[in-house]
Amino acid sequence: MTETPWWSSESLWRKMAIWVTAFMVVVLIGLTFDTVRQITAGGKRVPSYSVINQKIFYEFDSERGFQVPRIGESQPLFGRILDEAEAKALVTLGKLTVQAKNCMNCHTLLGNGAYYAPDLTKAWLDPAWAHEDIREQLMLDFLQDPAGNARTFGSGRRMPNLNITEDEAQGIVAFLKWMSSIDTNGFPRGFSPLDQEDGV
Amino acid sequence: MSTNAISVEAGPLSAGQRIAMHYFVAAMILFFAQILFGVIAGLQYIYPDLFFGQLDFSVARMVHINAMIVWLLFGFMGAVYWLVEDEAGTDLVGVGLAKINFWILTAAVTVVVLVYLFVQIGPGTKTTLWLINEGREYIEAPRWADIGIVFCVLVFFYNVSATFMKGRWSGISGVLVLDLVALAGLYVAGMYFTPNISVDQHWWWWVIHLWVEATWEVLVGCIMAWGLIKTLGANRRIVTTWLYIEVAMMFGSGILGLGHHYFWIGTPEYWFTIGGFFSALEPVPLVAMVVHAVYDAGRHGFKSNNHPALAWLIAHAFGNFFGAGVWGFMHTLPQINLYTHGTQWTSSHGHLAFFGAYATINIAIIYLAIQRVRGNVWMSAELADRGWKWKWSLGLLNAGVLGMTMALLIAGYDQSFIERALEGSTWSGYFKAQQSAWFLQGMVWRMIFGWVTTAGIVLLFWDLLTIGKTEKRKIKDISVVSTLEHAPA
Ligand code: HEC
Ligand code: HEM
Ligand code: HEM
Ligand SMILES: [Fe+2]
Repeated sequence: MTETPWWSSESLWRKMAIWVTAFMVVVLIGLTFDTVRQITAGGKRVPSYSVINQKIFYEFDSERGFQVPRIGESQPLFGRILDEAEAKALVTLGKLTVQAKNCMNCHTLLGNGAYYAPDLTKAWLDPAWAHEDIREQLMLDFLQDPAGNARTFGSGRRMPNLNITEDEAQGIVAFLKWMSSIDTNGFPRGFSPLDQEDGV
Repeated sequence: MSTNAISVEAGPLSAGQRIAMHYFVAAMILFFAQILFGVIAGLQYIYPDLFFGQLDFSVARMVHINAMIVWLLFGFMGAVYWLVEDEAGTDLVGVGLAKINFWILTAAVTVVVLVYLFVQIGPGTKTTLWLINEGREYIEAPRWADIGIVFCVLVFFYNVSATFMKGRWSGISGVLVLDLVALAGLYVAGMYFTPNISVDQHWWWWVIHLWVEATWEVLVGCIMAWGLIKTLGANRRIVTTWLYIEVAMMFGSGILGLGHHYFWIGTPEYWFTIGGFFSALEPVPLVAMVVHAVYDAGRHGFKSNNHPALAWLIAHAFGNFFGAGVWGFMHTLPQINLYTHGTQWTSSHGHLAFFGAYATINIAIIYLAIQRVRGNVWMSAELADRGWKWKWSLGLLNAGVLGMTMALLIAGYDQSFIERALEGSTWSGYFKAQQSAWFLQGMVWRMIFGWVTTAGIVLLFWDLLTIGKTEKRKIKDISVVSTLEHAPA
């Protein structure tokens, strides 16, 4: 077995494996720097946390061919205007609660997670909250007693009570509001937000 | 180098093999836990009041997928302990350390699972993430356990590389050790908190995707390479060359294929092109692996020392190809993924891929180990009971998972169409899809095949506990033939 053709030689493929891997890793690292920069809160795709002080709505972008979130006039959450640090603290409490209660093993966020309950990417804008005037209160009530406020749309599948406190519920709502402002390249497609007639 | 098939003498197990057996036993117990909690979660889709408020879907699912990740990793660690001495041609370095390490790891896993089950959730504080669970799919383990796991993996790593260092290196062991470094290093990317969900998901996929579509694939490639040499007496030089080719193709496509998870999470639009293109190439190495395995098995006349192991290795090659390659390809292009993203379609792919690619090869290795444990007994054709247990468990497990996959695919089609395309993914649109006739039937069929899978596991355990116990014949009859016919180059 001395006459191995060059194209099947062990050493050729060893070098190939090393070079291909090294090349791909370098490209990935390069792209990662750019991507992380673009998704850091405060950019165009992922707005800063203080966006929760403003109205978030959905608009069709004819150039890109899908709906995109837009940031509108002032619309303070729970009637308070927060500075960036306060907003960040509130969203952080929300995100911590989302992790501590394991929401992602029932729900998807940005489409990732579990499939037992609705996607929460645009939960803030969901038409089931009926109208902007009552949305905040409905959400707080629902999160603190989801079984008592169950809708289930005839499925009988309820969300259990997760001992969410009022503060935590506020944090979650802030987190959901902020999340709905992320530019997700049109996912979920064709989402129809709640009544957003007035004050766009 | 040890190119020959397994020697016939069956003295006591070596130190490394004894530690491997610990890992295999723990893996099988966790496999059982995985199925138990999968069954509960599956039933909750049909009976939403089942254990409501006590053992909610989120808890059942978390245990289901965590038990899976841990048992597969335990299986891999066992496999590496099993082959390391043979491949290095020397005794395991640090036997005592390896033993303690196993027990620390197992104790930690037990505590984590008990906390999942009995504490479940905590207040929205960092303390909860440190002590109870981190709430991030697959890597829910609380931070204390993360640190413990990294520590244990480092000890494992020391045992393995020190053994190769003392003995000898080969192509397979070189790839293996480098791959383990990457595998362990990636885990660290999942170990921090950020309020930013886009950044969170971005790094989360580094762990999940770069594990299952890059480092785990290469790890099983190494195990498979060693397995082919052992079960078939395949030529080492050819197998090693194949391994390098697979590494080049797998990393060449899988590393940037990561982009197929960056379509909708806030990440920039260039990932459509990069992710779509490179992930579409990912099936190529999986086809090559099927060709490789079937070619090698065919060339050796499908004669092997160990029929169950060979059958499971072939199931691995096909399962990897269909579950990861075909099912992955089906939803990897952004035009399709826009509708299938985060639906039962994903679950369909997840089941076939994890089972087909990783559960199968672990079972194959455990059969190889069991043969040795029972004293290198005959495990080929004409077993006393015609080998009905291993054949039926092979059939039931594969049919069960395939049936679940099909049921979930139908439910996924339905969900993509109704919820994603027609209803625009609202709360009410979600439930409209969940209650459509096809979806409901899909959930029932998933459970029917879930029970088939469960039956397969029970039979698998029974077989592992009994196979070869009363067998008097040794393996030599066939290994002699195979070593003579295919003498090392
Ligand atoms: C055990 C599973 C489970 C867990 C855990 C869970 N949910 Fe839910 N969730 C559901 C179900 C089921 C529904 C639908 C309930 C209904 O219609 O009555 C729901 C509905 C919702 C809704 C309304 C749906 C929408 O589209 O706006 C929101 C918001 C929500 N959950 C947020 C959360 C948050 C935040 C967490 C974590 C703190 C969480 N859920 C944890 C199962 C769960
Ligand atoms: C053995 C290898 C593989 C395993 C174990 C695997 C497993 C999984 C799992 C479990 C998920 C769901 C993750 C979640 O919970 O969100 C997933 C998602 C995905 N996989 Fe794979 N996969 C493998 C290979 C592949 C390949 C080769 C492709 C493409 C050709 C692919 C394409 C995808 C895509 C596009 C998604 C995202 C689905 C979505 O948008 O919801 N996978 N994979
Ligand atoms: C009795 C058999 C089984 C049943 C009833 C079952 C049921 C389930 C259920 C209900 C889920 C949650 C999906 C969701 O969020 O909607 C799930 C998730 C999952 N299961 Fe299973 N399962 C079984 C066996 C297996 C096996 C054998 C494997 C692989 C070895 C597996 C791997 C997974 C994976 C990877 C996920 C996450 C999927 C995703 O996020 O896309 N399961 N399973
Ligand atoms: Fe992937």
